[in-house]
Amino acid sequence: MQLHTIWFIIIAVFWVGFFVLEGFDFGVGVLHRVIGRDETERRVAINTIGPWWDGNEVWLIVAGAAMFAAFPLWYATMFSALYLALVLVLVALFARGVSFEYRGKRETARWRAGWSWALAIGSALIPLLVGIGFGDLLHGLPINRQHDYTGNFFDLLTGYGLMTGVTLLTLSLLHGATFLALRTTGEIRDRARAAGRRIGMVAIVVNLAWVIWTLVVIGGGTVPQPTQIFGLIAVVFAGQLVRTNYDGWAFAASGFAIAAAIGQILIALYPNVMVSSTRAAYNLTVNNAAAGHYPLIVMTVVAVLLMPLVLLYQGWSFHVFRRRLSAPPRSSG
Amino acid sequence: MANDLARWQFATTTIYHFFFVPVTIGLAFLVAILQTAWYRTEDPEYKRMTRFFGTLLLINVAIGVVTGLVQEFQFGMNWSTYSRYVGGVFGAPLAMEGLAAFFLESTFLGLWLFGWDRLPKRVHLACIWAVSIGSMLSAMFILIANSWMQHPVGYKLVNGKAQLDNVWALFVNPTFVWGYAHVLLASLVTGCLVMLAVSAWYLRKREHVESFERTAKVALVVLIPTIVIQLSVGNQLGEIETRYQPAKIAAAEAQWNSCQPCSFSAAQLGGYNQTNQTTNKIILIPHLLSVLATGTWSGPVTGLNQLQAQDQKKYGPGNYIPNVAIQYWSMRTMAGLGALVMLFALWGGWLLYKGRLHSSRVFLWLSVWAVLTPFLMNTAGWLLTESGRQPWIVQGLQKTVNANSPSVSATEIWISLSVFVLAYIVLAAADLGLMLRYSRRGLAHADAEAAAAPAGSVPALTY
Repeated sequence: MQLHTIWFIIIAVFWVGFFVLEGFDFGVGVLHRVIGRDETERRVAINTIGPWWDGNEVWLIVAGAAMFAAFPLWYATMFSALYLALVLVLVALFARGVSFEYRGKRETARWRAGWSWALAIGSALIPLLVGIGFGDLLHGLPINRQHDYTGNFFDLLTGYGLMTGVTLLTLSLLHGATFLALRTTGEIRDRARAAGRRIGMVAIVVNLAWVIWTLVVIGGGTVPQPTQIFGLIAVVFAGQLVRTNYDGWAFAASGFAIAAAIGQILIALYPNVMVSSTRAAYNLTVNNAAAGHYPLIVMTVVAVLLMPLVLLYQGWSFHVFRRRLSAPPRSSG
Repeated sequence: MANDLARWQFATTTIYHFFFVPVTIGLAFLVAILQTAWYRTEDPEYKRMTRFFGTLLLINVAIGVVTGLVQEFQFGMNWSTYSRYVGGVFGAPLAMEGLAAFFLESTFLGLWLFGWDRLPKRVHLACIWAVSIGSMLSAMFILIANSWMQHPVGYKLVNGKAQLDNVWALFVNPTFVWGYAHVLLASLVTGCLVMLAVSAWYLRKREHVESFERTAKVALVVLIPTIVIQLSVGNQLGEIETRYQPAKIAAAEAQWNSCQPCSFSAAQLGGYNQTNQTTNKIILIPHLLSVLATGTWSGPVTGLNQLQAQDQKKYGPGNYIPNVAIQYWSMRTMAGLGALVMLFALWGGWLLYKGRLHSSRVFLWLSVWAVLTPFLMNTAGWLLTESGRQPWIVQGLQKTVNANSPSVSATEIWISLSVFVLAYIVLAAADLGLMLRYSRRGLAHADAEAAAAPAGSVPALTY
């Protein structure tokens, strides 16, 4: 297999890793206000992701940096095209990243409610906006011969892009609900399950509509890819299993569903990395957007050496904090 | 217009980001030292201080992390022409930074923060050291990338784009080797001065004297060798820059015409433009510029007019002189304050040796205010090196004026710049408020945190 394709796959793995891991952080970030009825319960919800959210977010940084290193033209065109959308993503990342650390640092209700909303809104905006961006890659944006974007902010809001954003948001919420059910006990867990059941039903409808739309956008016949079929099955399973005591399986199913969603966009995209709606000849592809052979070899060596180590210690961190959290006795909130 | 705005945005967000980075690198290292002291001596005072300064560290890390995201995104967002041109070289260290440093730093910070009662003491100690190493590694990779812009090495041009062809050359680039040492030491100086300021504040009030005398001591013991080495590393870096970026150093002295031997002025007025080259230098120190720039007593320094003529011959018509006023005054801010901090640190060392540290009111008062100096020095240092590279974005290869995104309009950058400035003001207010609050609150919080989770109970609610 040629190096360009290998790096496309590696970058796909980073994006999938980001959504599988940070997806539940987004879900918890939004749902903590719904599932936690009082301050203590909200803190419990937030602390379920406490030790990990930061490490999970690094998958985004690495995905972006790997695009820069392996496909500089893809990185340059995509980031400059999505300009104002990314400004919003960054603000959402500020709001949410800081809220974890700052929320609990003062006791006033206003301070806590403020950061709580920052966390919830930030967590909802990121999958929505990144989803719009991903949908646009496949749907196509006005890109000229020099690979520069020629549209404005509103041209980014394609119907398919918006649908992709809504799909990723819904799947993140589902993933967050299965995660909370897995990580908590008592009432919080019950509420997470109830939320998961409801979100699961919405997610099935949204996901099905999105898969059909994707098939229309690709236009290559009506046969769905296996990723799409298994993705849909996973959504159904997650929505059903979250009612039962199989919390771990429900979480695995929602994780698989979100991985399949990112996976199917990238599979449909290949060998393009960005479609030009102006003219197919201006598409960015794995070949015309890639860095040279030598830097790709260097990066391959680095990734092969470091990724197993990263997976090992991140996995260990998940193992260390595997116990469920429950609300401490009322007095100590 | 779009190009200027993109520059303003880059300068603003980078300077802001670098308020938090050195605090993180410096404090992570010092907190690791405090925890090591606790591990070795089992003295609970050290544990309290680890907790106390650990909280300050975490408040800072939060902003350092989120503002770092802007840095990674804006190469593509605002500088797409640059990104296309250099991605084959510049992207690699950024990706390595993520893989080798950010994963390490963030994962182990989570383990450290939530692991107080879960992990064996030895493993928990290893976590904070992993955080410290991760933060230093991330500075390493970013400096590799930055040094390549100052002095491009290990690449060839393929189809008009720079492509890496020798990765080792990036690691032994002299600009990187000395630049990285300079930044690491600057970060340690910053961490020490923050720790010293907080400790001195308590010592002056005679509160928790037992505890804060220890941290003042740790801060000073690390600070003294660091600042002494730093001054000579800075000197070395100056020589390297004279070799590869002579205009940067000539502009830092407003040296319009070649000289030998060359003196260094303490201050000057006028003479900042090509059209007005009459400098009024006040207090000239003979030979000092020769020593700083060439490492020899009477070495020659080429003047800006001569460099301009050379560059025009080499690269065609254009202005190859960086902003002289910025160069001149950032050099003085950085070096002048650096020298003062060294004297101050030596004074502290002497007091420590005499056992009078906690009773010297003047020194303690100065220590509190000295916390401002590293931020001024760090900012001045980056202005000196980045503004001194102009008009180039990559020295000798690509000009800044040609590097921005053609598809991004001035209006869009106005929007993003305003949004970032507003967001950064809010973040700064929250950060400063919390830093002061937790600095002043004493040890009650650190003690309460430590007591919150008796072993075997449900895990504590850290956030």
